[in-house]
Amino acid sequence: MTQGLRKYLKILRISLVERLAYRADFFLTTFLRFLPLITTFLLWEAIYRGSGTDQIAGFTRDSMIAYLLLVQISRMFSSMPGLSTGIARDIRDGNLKKYLLQPIDMLWYLLSYRGAHKIAYIATTALPYGVLFLLFHEVFTLPSAWTWVAYIVSLLLAFLIGFFFEACIGVAGFWILEVTSLMYIINIVNFFISGQMFPLDLLERYPYVLDVLNVLPFHYLAYFPAMVFLEKKQGTELLVGLLIEALWALALILLSRWMYRLGLRHYSAYGG
Amino acid sequence: MPIIEANGLSKTYRVYQKKEGLLGALRGLWRREYKEVKAVESVSFTIEPGEIVGFLGPNGAGKTTTLKMLAGLIYPSAGNAQVLGHVPWERADDFRRRFALVMGQKNQLWWDLPAADSFQLHREIYSLSAEQFQRTLGELTDLFGVKELTRQPVRELSLGERMKMELIAALLHQPRLLLLDEPTIGLDVVAQVTIQKCLRDYNSIRGVTILLTSHYMRDVEALCKRVLVITHGKLVYDGPLTGIAERFGNEKLVKLQFDGTETPGDLGAFGEVTSREGPIATLKVERLRVAEVMAAMLDRYTVLDVSIHDPPLDQMIAKVFEEGTTPAPELVEK
Repeated sequence: MTQGLRKYLKILRISLVERLAYRADFFLTTFLRFLPLITTFLLWEAIYRGSGTDQIAGFTRDSMIAYLLLVQISRMFSSMPGLSTGIARDIRDGNLKKYLLQPIDMLWYLLSYRGAHKIAYIATTALPYGVLFLLFHEVFTLPSAWTWVAYIVSLLLAFLIGFFFEACIGVAGFWILEVTSLMYIINIVNFFISGQMFPLDLLERYPYVLDVLNVLPFHYLAYFPAMVFLEKKQGTELLVGLLIEALWALALILLSRWMYRLGLRHYSAYGG
Repeated sequence: MPIIEANGLSKTYRVYQKKEGLLGALRGLWRREYKEVKAVESVSFTIEPGEIVGFLGPNGAGKTTTLKMLAGLIYPSAGNAQVLGHVPWERADDFRRRFALVMGQKNQLWWDLPAADSFQLHREIYSLSAEQFQRTLGELTDLFGVKELTRQPVRELSLGERMKMELIAALLHQPRLLLLDEPTIGLDVVAQVTIQKCLRDYNSIRGVTILLTSHYMRDVEALCKRVLVITHGKLVYDGPLTGIAERFGNEKLVKLQFDGTETPGDLGAFGEVTSREGPIATLKVERLRVAEVMAAMLDRYTVLDVSIHDPPLDQMIAKVFEEGTTPAPELVEK
C-alpha cells in the first residue's frame, strides 16, 4: 500500500511538470472566468437595493459577494473539466489499453494526474485570484485558525467528491455511448444545486428541498466550503457536515472502483 | 519453457445487428438481434524465447484480436494461453511488468513535452530503480541513435523519431516479450529500415522475444525467420518464412537471357510471359513443370543465362489472403 502510494505521488510530481507547460493557458482562462462574476455582482447590487432590506436569507450584501467569490475557490478544487468525457473517450477509442497493459490503475493514475493539474492551476492562478480578493478585501473577515483547518479539509474532500463523482459518470462509458450530453445536463443542474449560483439558504421557504439538497453530495462542491469559511457552519453542524462529506467521498470512491471493475469485465468479454 | 503457448484460442464477438431506418431503430429498443462473429477460431501455436515471429493476415483476419488476448486485454471465448508463465487476462502485475505492446498508430508519449519526461513517468509506473533506469535508457538511446533528441518536445520529432521514442518507452522496463502491431506504419523506407535494424539488434543483445504484425513484407523479411499466417480467424500457416513459397507459391519465375537482341515471339507456349526487355524475358511457370519447360526451351533456343526465382513474397501472401481457406489441414498442425 505505501509502495503503491509512493508510486502515485511520484507520478503526481512528474505530471506537474507536464501541466506547468500550460501555465499561460491557465492564466488567461482565469481572467476570462472573472468576467461573468462582474455581472453577477451587479445583479446582486440591484437586488439588495431593490429589496429595501440589508439581509437576504441571512446574507448581507458584503457576505453575499464574499460567498460568490468563495464559491470560485470551492470550484477551483471540485470542478473536473473533461474528466468524465476523457475517461469515456479512452474507453471508446481503446486508449484504455495503456492502463491494462501497464502495472498501473487508471483511477489512481488519473487522480494523481488531476491532483497535479490542480496544484499547477492553483499555483499559476494565485496571482489573479490574489488581486481579485485584494480588491474585495473589505467584504471578508478572516476566520479563526480552526475554521481555516476545517475549510481546507472541506476543500480537499470537495476535490475527492468532484473527482470520483465525475469518474463514475466517465466509467459509465463502458455501457453507454454518449457521456457528453449526460455530463452537460449534470453540469447545468449542478450549477444550481451545488450552490454555485446562489447560497442554498435562499431556498429557506422550501425546507424539504433544502433537506434533499443537504443529503446529496453536490452542495459540498461549492456551497459547503464557502459556508465554512464564512463561519456560517459551526460546532456540531460543522462536524456533522464534514463527516457526511467524508462519507460521500468514501462512497463515491468505492462506487467508482466497483463500476470500473465491472466495466473492465464487460470490456474484456465483449469489446477491446 | 516457451514464452507464448496458445491452445485453441477462440474469440466470438456478439455484434448487434442494427436494422435500417427509424422503425428498425425503434424495434431495436426492445428486441435486439445479434450476429455471432468468429474473429478467431481455435488458434494454437508456441513461441520460444528469443524468436522473432511475424504474424500475417489481411485486415479483419483476427491478428489484432489474437494479440489482444495474448496481451490480456480481452478474454477468449474458448481455449487457453500461457504467456510468460501467466494467464494473460488475469493481468497480474508481475505479468504486466514483463511485456510490452506497441501499436504503431497509438502514441503513449506526452505530446508537448520532451520524451525524457514521459520516460520518467514510465520509470515510476514500472517502479524502476534510478541506476537500472539510467543504464537501460543510455543503452537504448545509443542503440536507436536518438541520444540528443530526448530533450526535444515530442511534437517536434519526425514520425520515425517518434516511433523510436515509443519503442524506447516500451523497452525501458526490459520486457521479455514485445508485441508489435504495425510498428512501421506510415514510415518512409529509410525510417522503416532503421527501425528494423534497431529491433534486430535489440533482439540479439537482449534476447527479447518479438511477435509482430505488419503489412509491410519488408519488415517481415528483414526480421522474421518464422511466420504465422491467419485468415478468417484460422491459422493457415506456421513455419519458416521461406516455406511460404513452397506451400503457397505453386509458380516460379524463370528469367532467361537469349542470344541476340530480341526474345523469341513464341515464348507464350511455355508459360505466361510477365516481362520482355531486349533479349531478356521473364516467364511464370508452374512449379512442377519447371524442369520439363526448361529442358524444352534449352532444346529450342540458345539461352545465355537462366535464373529461377520465387515470386515476390508480398504477391504470394496476397494470394494466400485471397484464397484464405485453401491450406491442407496437415500444415496447420506444424
